[in-house]
Amino acid sequence: MSTGEASTQATRIAAEQTDAAPAPSNHVGQALRRKEDPRLITGKGTYVDDINLTGQLWAAWVRSPEAHAKIVSIDTSQAKARDGVRAVYTHEDLDIEASLPMAWVPPGIEVNTPDHWVLAKGEVKHVGDPVALVVGDDRYEVFDAAEDVIVEYDPLPVVTDPEKALESDSPVIHEQFATNKVSEWSLGGGDLEAGFAEADVVVERRIVNHRIAGAAIEPRGVLADFRADRLTVWSSTQIPHLLRPFLSMLLGISEDRVRVIAPEVGGGFGSKLQVYAEEVGCAWASRKLGRPVKWIETRSEGMMVTHHGRDQIDTVRVGAKRDGTITAWHSKILADIGAYQMFFTPMIPELSAFVMCGVYKTPAVQTDVVNVMTNKFPTDAIRGAGRPEATHMIEVTMDQLAQELDMDPLELRRKNFIPPFSEGHETPIGVVYDSGNYELALNKLLEHIDPAKVRQEAAELRERGIYRGIGFCTYTEICGNAPSRIVGPSGFGVQGGGWESAAVRVHASGAVTLYTGTSPHGQGHETGFAQIVADRLGIDPAQVDVIHGDTQAGPWGLDTYGSRTLAVGGEAAARAAGKVAAKAREIVAHQLEADPADIELREGRFSVRGSPDKGMTLSEVAGAAYAPENIPEGMEPGLDEQSFYDPENFVFPFGAHACVVDVDAETGKIDVVRYVAVDDCGPAINPMLIDGQVHGGIVHGVGQALYERIHYDQDGQLVTGSFVDYALPTAAEMPSFETDRTETPSPVNSLRVKGVGEAGTIAASPTVTNAVIDALRPLGVTFINMPLSPMRVWEAIQEAKGGVAA
Amino acid sequence: MSKTVAVQLQVNGATHRLEVEPRLLLVHALRDNLGFTGTHVGCDTSNCGACTVHMEGRAVKSCTVLAVQADGAQITTIEGMASDGQLHPLQEAFWNDHGLQCGYCTPGMIMAAAALLAENPNPTEDEVRHGLEGNLCRCTGYHNIVKAVLDAAKTKGATVAQQPEVTA
Repeated sequence: MSTGEASTQATRIAAEQTDAAPAPSNHVGQALRRKEDPRLITGKGTYVDDINLTGQLWAAWVRSPEAHAKIVSIDTSQAKARDGVRAVYTHEDLDIEASLPMAWVPPGIEVNTPDHWVLAKGEVKHVGDPVALVVGDDRYEVFDAAEDVIVEYDPLPVVTDPEKALESDSPVIHEQFATNKVSEWSLGGGDLEAGFAEADVVVERRIVNHRIAGAAIEPRGVLADFRADRLTVWSSTQIPHLLRPFLSMLLGISEDRVRVIAPEVGGGFGSKLQVYAEEVGCAWASRKLGRPVKWIETRSEGMMVTHHGRDQIDTVRVGAKRDGTITAWHSKILADIGAYQMFFTPMIPELSAFVMCGVYKTPAVQTDVVNVMTNKFPTDAIRGAGRPEATHMIEVTMDQLAQELDMDPLELRRKNFIPPFSEGHETPIGVVYDSGNYELALNKLLEHIDPAKVRQEAAELRERGIYRGIGFCTYTEICGNAPSRIVGPSGFGVQGGGWESAAVRVHASGAVTLYTGTSPHGQGHETGFAQIVADRLGIDPAQVDVIHGDTQAGPWGLDTYGSRTLAVGGEAAARAAGKVAAKAREIVAHQLEADPADIELREGRFSVRGSPDKGMTLSEVAGAAYAPENIPEGMEPGLDEQSFYDPENFVFPFGAHACVVDVDAETGKIDVVRYVAVDDCGPAINPMLIDGQVHGGIVHGVGQALYERIHYDQDGQLVTGSFVDYALPTAAEMPSFETDRTETPSPVNSLRVKGVGEAGTIAASPTVTNAVIDALRPLGVTFINMPLSPMRVWEAIQEAKGGVAA
Repeated sequence: MSKTVAVQLQVNGATHRLEVEPRLLLVHALRDNLGFTGTHVGCDTSNCGACTVHMEGRAVKSCTVLAVQADGAQITTIEGMASDGQLHPLQEAFWNDHGLQCGYCTPGMIMAAAALLAENPNPTEDEVRHGLEGNLCRCTGYHNIVKAVLDAAKTKGATVAQQPEVTA
């Protein structure tokens, strides 16, 4: 089945009628080609490095080769003496008052957060820590000049192992805390002790979720231009709106005079959800020098100083009855968050806790998180941010429990599934899942893949030395960030809100502009949002121009991350368009002497119910609104509305994935033979975009499971510092995917939708890991941690044989 | 600035004369000197393929070619793939099949695919996958890229770059 067919065959659960007006036209739900693509396939997209300003200077950063050292001296004289070098700055030169931001202050929890300066102050704490900023005329020559900056370091002891970093004799990275421990945080519910006491079987596993990179193909880049008391910054960022107030605060420029533009952004995956030193430093230098300053990250730089993700050692303990009923679940997370704390660094591991029940009826669950600092670059959100870690813990452990109980892993899952619900299910920790039907998704998955058949194939292949395995994952996740009252300062502790904005402007001609406060980097907002707005105004999506990523173009927004765009930003767009439609109805009713309640949107016209010949098109309404001779008494002219939408709850997409792998027992090499994914993100706005998100998400998770690893050696040197060493999956390693959907509406928003940007990644790593363990079981391997490199797999096989163990 | 060298490049059918440092990469000559910003840079180790262009009809990673090495060569970039407002079949297929998301790898991917189809007009899925392994994409999981290349291969004219015969 093709993905397109799969999409159209998606199961529709009877969608209840909503309070909001049903979409009067039918562009929503269709796999429309993207509005973004014509410029991108012809080379006409405008990314940061495609923009150059008159008088522009280039920046390069001098970075520490040491993981931990005192800076003894910095000699910039030779660099400054070069032709074409306009300035070389060190920490002392920068009059930036505050440290880079960290936005999580959980009530009642102490978080040891060190200062984090744009340029290192006195000491460097990780390889790549910037010590000097070179600004000059030429793109290449600033690199030459950076090499001429002589820095003398006095090396300090290094710690890169998070468990050792907690020991009393460990080197301490930030002496003021006298410990590397950052914080301890817990979330639990139900009687854990009673649950374990009741259990017939307790399974405990140490699950390592290693460090990975976002690795967007466009490296980061910044172009800053301070002129006439105004700062404009173009940045390859996911968060232009969030960046603006921090540039304002750190540089002392009134917020209204700071404009941030995220032009075409070449992927993010969380790695561009950040306030980076380079953004602040280039803006500062532009003001200082009175010239535009541009910096484009090299990939080798990016591997070092674009934030990483994951990096946890998880200890999972599950108790169950002999029949498979889970009685208690306890996850302990030790998160290695690196040397500093960036925007959400210490908060990400805690996000796991909110879905630690998974899709199961677990009556007692607890998650304990300890964050610890090491001499590595900070971690922060990378695609999934806490939920891939949770799902990996849950789903790998479920298979381990099934193994212990000698039970079919799917039977174990079904036994514990939360029954279908459409109006909320409260888990023991107080999180209310919005809607779910986990059995339905699993059943749909099994329409595509027959485990018995795979096991039959496995038996045949084994005679040829090939070990075939099948693995599953049934997941839910939490997204649609975020209800402000839950995540805000007095709740979870985020120093801000979670709403989103949209503004719909109908021009006098009837042309429509939607400004969204979300900020895309490949997702297809321009297409999906145009479909939503078009249906509410009776026009074609081609007539809706979607503008984003420019703080001067619309109301303040909260940008794109955490699979929030559609469920929060899309709802805001629908509401803004709804306000426009409501005003249009009043104008039409007034002009046609009808009741506004009798005006319906029909075939592109606002017409009187029962008299379809009496009506006005949107452009006629716009004409009336802007030449307001005949609008209702007291009505303001114009047809231009905005909405700020703050969701009442998160949304909880879910699904079931399966993977078939072949393992070559001689070499440890793994081939992904099949990957089948059933995901439920509510009714589709554009099924083509959903499939695309799922495909890419899966590969991010498969990449972590099999190939990718940010690896520091014990001296804190980054071993996987380029695309030569950091193994992104290529087309040659991946199969084509089989995708399908179920559609369970969310009660949270009027679109009934849930996010899908991270789902594939959240589900994929345990699916693949379970498949590999299944394949290796005949060889005596019953558990293995990622990354499942040929060497690690081969070693596990040898260990199981009782041979040479690594 | 160190000594410069005179270089002549035929880009998308037009002649460009420029003075470059001997170390200037072809990709930067195309982007920064000539304004062909459709060709992108995604790494510094020739792994990602975002900078793929055609030089004398062959796909090259323009971050691995010096501008001086391209002296006198015919170069085709993504900007030269559509002609007279008519998209190249690969461009059309990438659009139809959702073969791109952020679009950053796309020009290089299309140029690599065009070279692949020129050598092998009717590739299997496996041949497409191996033929594109020098080009990295982080968004699409490759699924729709492979589909687009296979679909384009069924279209007449997919194997030639539609480069206009123009001299400036």
